[in-house]
Amino acid sequence: MKLLRAKLDWILLPMIGFGAAIAIWQILSVTVCKELPSPWRTWLESREYILKPFEKRGEMDQGILRFTWYSLILVAKGYALALLVGTPIGFLLGLSVVFTRIFDPIIQVLRPVSPLAWLPLGLVLFLGAGKQASELGALFTIAVCAMWPTVLNTAVGVRAIPQDYLNVARVLKLSRTKTFVKVLIPATLPYMFTGFRLSLGIAWLVIVAAEMLTGRPGVGGFLWQEYNALNYAHIILCILTIGFVGFALDRLMSVVERRFKTA
Amino acid sequence: MAHLELKAVSKGFGDPSQRTEVLHDINLEIKEGEFVAIVGFSGAGKTTLISMIAGLTKPDAGSVLLRGKPVTGPGPDRGIVFQNYSLLPWLTVYENVALAVDQCFPDWDPARRQAHTERYIAMVNLTPAKTKRPSELSGGMRQRVSVARALAMEPEVLLMDEPLGALDALTRATLQDEFARICQETRKTVVLITNDPDEGIYLSDRIIPLSAGPGATLGPSIEVNLERPRDRKALNHLSRFKEIRREVIEYLVASNRKKRVEVSRALVLPDIEPEDLSVPRATFGARKHPIRRSEIKRENVEI
Ligand SMILES: Nc1ncnc2c1ncn2[C@@H]1O[C@H](COP(=O)(O)OP(=O)(O)OP(=O)(O)O)[C@@H](O)[C@H]1O
Ligand SMILES: [Mg+2]
Repeated sequence: MKLLRAKLDWILLPMIGFGAAIAIWQILSVTVCKELPSPWRTWLESREYILKPFEKRGEMDQGILRFTWYSLILVAKGYALALLVGTPIGFLLGLSVVFTRIFDPIIQVLRPVSPLAWLPLGLVLFLGAGKQASELGALFTIAVCAMWPTVLNTAVGVRAIPQDYLNVARVLKLSRTKTFVKVLIPATLPYMFTGFRLSLGIAWLVIVAAEMLTGRPGVGGFLWQEYNALNYAHIILCILTIGFVGFALDRLMSVVERRFKTA
Repeated sequence: MAHLELKAVSKGFGDPSQRTEVLHDINLEIKEGEFVAIVGFSGAGKTTLISMIAGLTKPDAGSVLLRGKPVTGPGPDRGIVFQNYSLLPWLTVYENVALAVDQCFPDWDPARRQAHTERYIAMVNLTPAKTKRPSELSGGMRQRVSVARALAMEPEVLLMDEPLGALDALTRATLQDEFARICQETRKTVVLITNDPDEGIYLSDRIIPLSAGPGATLGPSIEVNLERPRDRKALNHLSRFKEIRREVIEYLVASNRKKRVEVSRALVLPDIEPEDLSVPRATFGARKHPIRRSEIKRENVEI
């Protein structure tokens, strides 16, 4: 009985939240903001995109999951780049005081810069790449923005390694590489994965901005185009898609992260 | 020549301005195959002492010699059982021990290394828990893994820092018996740090009290000339056992008393007149307050 109750709460209570949000949306659409499509209208206008999620009718007129897929691929590339660059920087920061002294200030300065500010610079950097410029610029922006949580968490993780573990390595006379592979990396993994999860969240945030500005096909690009085309219902469709995908990604990373929790 | 020797070793912590000397003028000589127990209060500097023997920290003054050669750093020739186990939590019991074995005997073939690892896990009776991670083990089991790891390195000297400190009396006794058996089997030079004189006497050939800190130093060595194997129950009734124990404890207590600083203060008694309970409390009207004797203006004394 209690178990059933708990399960019900699990499903029921979030439903109440969603219900309330939809109610407010409905009320807003009929009172304050007449331009805002009501939930029902949003559904009617988006049906095509949801029910045929992989259909391709034109460059900027495709099923919503197809757009999501494009976005995910771009995110995956940029995210991979962020991890490949960020993790070693994190280790260096954690291991070397000198390195930290040299680079920490510049990291602190670059970290708060918005993706919207990085993107034009990315486009300028890859001007020579011709048609590829927009993709490379977007990748650059994702990598630069998503890298920081990985960098900082890895550094914190390395600094937090208990002296005991290092003492074990010292008593066993493990070589530098062996200490790194057998002690440093496993001891830092939980922190690294926290960084990876946060980085993925940011990468997904950035993709939308990047697509909006470059006009690439994807959820963000579609959103911006539909705004310009005055199809406001599709904006909401895109927002919901972005939200749910982001949520799913975060959950996925949480599962992975938990697998690496040692203690 | 002594197997392990400490000569006038001192160690302190803190910046030069407010440095406290933890260990002062430690001298110790240990013969090959001897089991020495060092007993001391918590915070006296026992871990500091054993870290210096292990080479994990450097003494400020004096030197640590292993077979006459100064110790410059840690190495697998001095296996250490850390006070806090220091197992790697992402490795299983087997992997924790195997890491040490693979590192110490790189030129053995894998089958031999595996057999060696298994043998030491079996020695501490942990074969059933071989594939478990430290987080799934009890404190005593973790401790035994740590012991197995140190023994499997086949070190010249085995250093144990309160290896049973965190355990309940019952588990403690069991593990002490295991230690006695293992040490009998392997005949190693052992330094055991403990805060329990009985444990020290039960296991060692020689027991040395470490005086209370700061500035702790080793007291007189007391030979534990009791026959092995020792029977824990019978031991308690031996007069020699009681004598050793008294000597150790007296030294420790005396060293602690010396450290205590005397403070004298005036004793201030509460200055309050006891309430007369025979007088009923007035529900309304004037409330009764506690009265200080010094505030009483007039006192009626019956004659
Ligand atoms: N790295 C350090 N920095 C500063 N002070 C230290 C350091 N290590 C130990 N000390 C100090 O040295 C003293 C002795 O510490 P130590 O750990 O050797 O005690 P112990 O005898 O092992 O105590 P216990 O029985 O509780 O383990 C303590 O007062 C402690 O505060
Ligand atoms: Mg200690």
